[in-house]
Amino acid sequence: MTELELPPIDYAAIAPILIMLGAAVVGVLIEAFVPRRLRHPVQLPLAVLAVLAALTMVVVNADKRVITIGVIAVDGPTLFLQGAILALSAVALLLLGERAVERGGAFVAQAAVTADSPEDRQQAEKAGGAGEVYPLTTFAIAGMLIFVSANDLLTMFIALEVFSLPLYLLCALARRRRLLSQEAAMKYFLLGAYASAFFLFGLALIYGFTAGLGDRAAGVDFATVNAAVANSTASPVLLFAGMALVAIGLLFKAAAAPFHVWTPDVYQGAPTPLTGFMAACTKVAAFGALLRVFHVAFEGARWDFTPVLGAVAVLTMLVGALFAVTQTDIKRLLAYSSIANAGYLLVGVLAPGSGGLSGTMFYLVAYGFTVLAAIAVVTLVRDADGEATHLSRWAGLGKRSPVYAAVFTFVLLAFAGIPMTSGFTSKFAVFGPALDGGQVWLVIAGVLTSMVLAFPYLRVVVLMWLSEPGDATPTVAVPGALTSAALVIGVLATLVLGVAPAPLLDLASSAADFVR
Amino acid sequence: MTYAQAAPAETVSYATADGLLSSVWLLVAIPLVSAAILLLLGRRADRWGHWLGVAAVGAAFLLGLSYFLGLRGLENRSVELSLWDFIAVGGLHVDFGLLFDPLAGVFVLLITGVGFLIHLYAVEYMAHDERRRLFFAYFNLFIAAMLLLVLGNNYVMLYFGWEGVGLASYLLISFWYTKPAAATAGKKAFLMNRVGDAGLAIAIFIMFATLGTTQYDEVFNGIGALAGGTVLVLGVLLLLGAAGKSGQFPLQAWLPDAMEGPTPVSALIHAATMVTAGVYLIARSNIIFSANATLQLVVVSVGALTLLIGAIIGCAKDDIKRVLAWSTVSQIGYMFLGVGLGGAAYALAIVHLLAHGFFKANMFLGAGSVMHGMKDQVDIRRFGGLSKYMRITWLTFGAGWLAIIGMFPFSGYFSKEPIIAAAFEREGWTAWLFGGAAVLGAALTAFYMTRLFVLTFHGPKRWTEDIEHPHESPALMTIPLVLLGIGSLGAGWLLATSVPDWLTTTAGLGTAEAHHDAVLPHWAIVALSLGVTVLGALLGWFLFRNGTATAPQPAGVLVTAARKNLYTDAVNEAVFEKPGIFLTRALVYLDNRGIDGLINGLAAGVGGGSGRLRRLQTGFVRSYATSILTGALLVVAAFLAVQAGWFA
Repeated sequence: MTELELPPIDYAAIAPILIMLGAAVVGVLIEAFVPRRLRHPVQLPLAVLAVLAALTMVVVNADKRVITIGVIAVDGPTLFLQGAILALSAVALLLLGERAVERGGAFVAQAAVTADSPEDRQQAEKAGGAGEVYPLTTFAIAGMLIFVSANDLLTMFIALEVFSLPLYLLCALARRRRLLSQEAAMKYFLLGAYASAFFLFGLALIYGFTAGLGDRAAGVDFATVNAAVANSTASPVLLFAGMALVAIGLLFKAAAAPFHVWTPDVYQGAPTPLTGFMAACTKVAAFGALLRVFHVAFEGARWDFTPVLGAVAVLTMLVGALFAVTQTDIKRLLAYSSIANAGYLLVGVLAPGSGGLSGTMFYLVAYGFTVLAAIAVVTLVRDADGEATHLSRWAGLGKRSPVYAAVFTFVLLAFAGIPMTSGFTSKFAVFGPALDGGQVWLVIAGVLTSMVLAFPYLRVVVLMWLSEPGDATPTVAVPGALTSAALVIGVLATLVLGVAPAPLLDLASSAADFVR
Repeated sequence: MTYAQAAPAETVSYATADGLLSSVWLLVAIPLVSAAILLLLGRRADRWGHWLGVAAVGAAFLLGLSYFLGLRGLENRSVELSLWDFIAVGGLHVDFGLLFDPLAGVFVLLITGVGFLIHLYAVEYMAHDERRRLFFAYFNLFIAAMLLLVLGNNYVMLYFGWEGVGLASYLLISFWYTKPAAATAGKKAFLMNRVGDAGLAIAIFIMFATLGTTQYDEVFNGIGALAGGTVLVLGVLLLLGAAGKSGQFPLQAWLPDAMEGPTPVSALIHAATMVTAGVYLIARSNIIFSANATLQLVVVSVGALTLLIGAIIGCAKDDIKRVLAWSTVSQIGYMFLGVGLGGAAYALAIVHLLAHGFFKANMFLGAGSVMHGMKDQVDIRRFGGLSKYMRITWLTFGAGWLAIIGMFPFSGYFSKEPIIAAAFEREGWTAWLFGGAAVLGAALTAFYMTRLFVLTFHGPKRWTEDIEHPHESPALMTIPLVLLGIGSLGAGWLLATSVPDWLTTTAGLGTAEAHHDAVLPHWAIVALSLGVTVLGALLGWFLFRNGTATAPQPAGVLVTAARKNLYTDAVNEAVFEKPGIFLTRALVYLDNRGIDGLINGLAAGVGGGSGRLRRLQTGFVRSYATSILTGALLVVAAFLAVQAGWFA
């Protein structure tokens, strides 16, 4: 009987993932064994510490360039994106764990109680929040870390599911507006499963295509796919249909048109801190995977996928900008803004060479912090029924709460891409390489849609400052320490990356090289 | 014979500041911090804010004095202090750097010294104004900007300060913004200065385009390699900037209107310091101006023309501050004449600038003192006989009067006479032209200043009924007057002996040996200029010793023209304002109908489209799934279409 030989595993390289998974498991055990009132005070520090420990390991690994057991690639982009996910998660966790603004936090204790029943109203006002939020979030973060480092399509698919499933659950846990929250979770789950099917089908087709390689075995790891694109004897229909389907699966997560349809409903219905987590971290994960798939696996077909994905990018920017114009709910507005930003990010993905890669990575970090700051303000503008997300309620906020209105104005200016904010530098970082790479039409579309998009942002600014506050204008809640911290970090990052972006840009460009 | 083609052979270089001089930045920082405190603390600083403002300028003066003395021991008497990289973009590197040399030093002493006295005076003068703290905040802001202007070690820093003083000047002219005349005057000053500032900005662009730098030393060392035409254009643009700031032809019209501001402002900004920034600019850039004879001729012409315009209009004005303002225009004309003559006359112009700073500030503060006692009236036809009621003001104003007309041994004699003499040293007929203009200007100055002095302080009382007993101003106002009066008396002699040598030999201001024979012997020039001065003064005394009519009188062509500022305002209105207004109206029409129509139509289109598109977002999962499926089919089809093209 032959001895089974285990492949050597570089544990240090996958330490961030292991830490997050371990913390998630411990979190589940805490839910099982620790008394209810102690769970929140234990879970939150555990999750934050785990994220910080994983972040430390990412920094320790900074110079590592290795593919371990063939499925996890640890290289510059992986480490940069993992660092980005962890840093943004740390801030998002502060928002998720905030319990001072609303009794028990943004999450409900028991999701299974019938929505809008008397018991449900009872628990909305009295009961604490679900502690499961923390292990679920930690699992999602672990999944994202695997997702951006996956070196084959199958691992990538599993990671996709690992981070998607907790998100579906978390969406249903909003304390207020329970029906909307449950509806959002249902839609997200159904459409997510649907998109996963596309991805899996594409994976199968690609596998078939690689079978045409004479000199090596078929497989879905990126090196093999790359080799197959160059010289497979199988029908190219397999490659192109497969590539299209894999792209669709990823574009769904990235919220690119026309696969964005879930985004506004889910962003609106989900608990607001979770909306922030999804807008910041899911975006990083989805684009990290897109970058790896299109820069490593399908690199040889660049001239074929660029026009199609370019059309998707233009459509995404148009849809995001045009739909944003008439939105009346701040969370839906942020959702369409996130869709438009997906379009700008796609421009970066399609820009050839390392410039586009580093620009996209910079954009992801900059956008993530800004969106978290925006979400932090949204959680604070509230009345007796929870957050006041309808835009008409924000009229005259500048007179009621000038500080928060000013902060939100700054964030909106950053979204609009005004200089001295990260919104400007990050757009510059993706449009510049695209222009150098000859993708002029994408840049023109980007600039024109940014112009359209400036309108809804500035409309909110005008509403806040130039309208008289009415009876319906809510006050801004006094933020707890956690929300304050998240807000300050988000705004500072937006400012610093706008004024002095050079260090992060340098880091991104020094990291912009995949191992193959 | 060539005259003053004095591009120095040795290169310009400055030592790095160390020791005491490495803290030169404090000069700018102290008034700036004080201004910030006064602005930010708001009403909380109302009770003590003005004293902080005075103390800040006083401290800057003491520091400036110690730096100035610190220069004496240094070999080339100039130090540079580079604080940080101000702008570093591509090929453009601009230091946030300071340069302290004798030229900057004398300006620092003038700005902070005279500035301190005027600040002190303003404490009392503005005592009844409820916005006094704000006034001092702007005043300190002005001092900081002006010091930055003279201390910068490159043209961008100069421009920084240049715009800063422009802002402070604007804020202070229209300080009493509820008065329509003050608001309009502020706007006029601001707009006319923009014209000059644009010239300066373009000059800086040209320096960067041709020399790749804006640092003084590098520009001066590189100027010799430039084509003559480039130097000419560069110089004319610099001159345009200087003319705008200093109220020289053709941009002189804003300066007299600027007298709508509080009188201390007129004294400090629109007489002693800011308006001389143009002279500083030309003196600092003397290597550029000396490099081109045509350029020098332009500067001399502007100076001579302006000194005559100012003097002629000054004869016809009845507003005490306007007369002084036109005399400022005229005296700065002398300074431009001096810097235009080049060579040793650069230093003479600076000496006249310093002397003028003293006596003109003195006279403006005196005018303020008169207004203080006369219920803020400014019409000299309604004064008269005030010498008995305001002894100190009368005596100090008298010292200023004797100084400005250039009477021996007052300071104006020592500073103006050498400029007249230098004008006679030009070649050929231009010596007679410019020398003659300078002498004529001296005669006119003597006439109209005597008129002003006699009508105000002597002759019969012509007061309006509401004035019963004019009073002398309090001590806080008279002490600065006395100190400035002493300066008007003695400073000229002190300055005329030591400063020119020092400036010429150590600051690279022209060359000392550029003397050449005048068309008249020196004693004749002295006799001539003193003679016309005495004549003009006697004529003024003779005509006005018995007072004057209290209402405007019909007058001949020349006087009417002078009363109407020689029609320069009318020309401005016809040539610039009317076509400008027409152009704006046409552009507004085009903007409203054409561009806005297009943009608004587009925006309405986007909004309407968005409203219709929104209905696609139904909220039903089934329609979302259909949308995704359709999209998926399209993407797959598109990929396959591309593939068909590739593998065909």
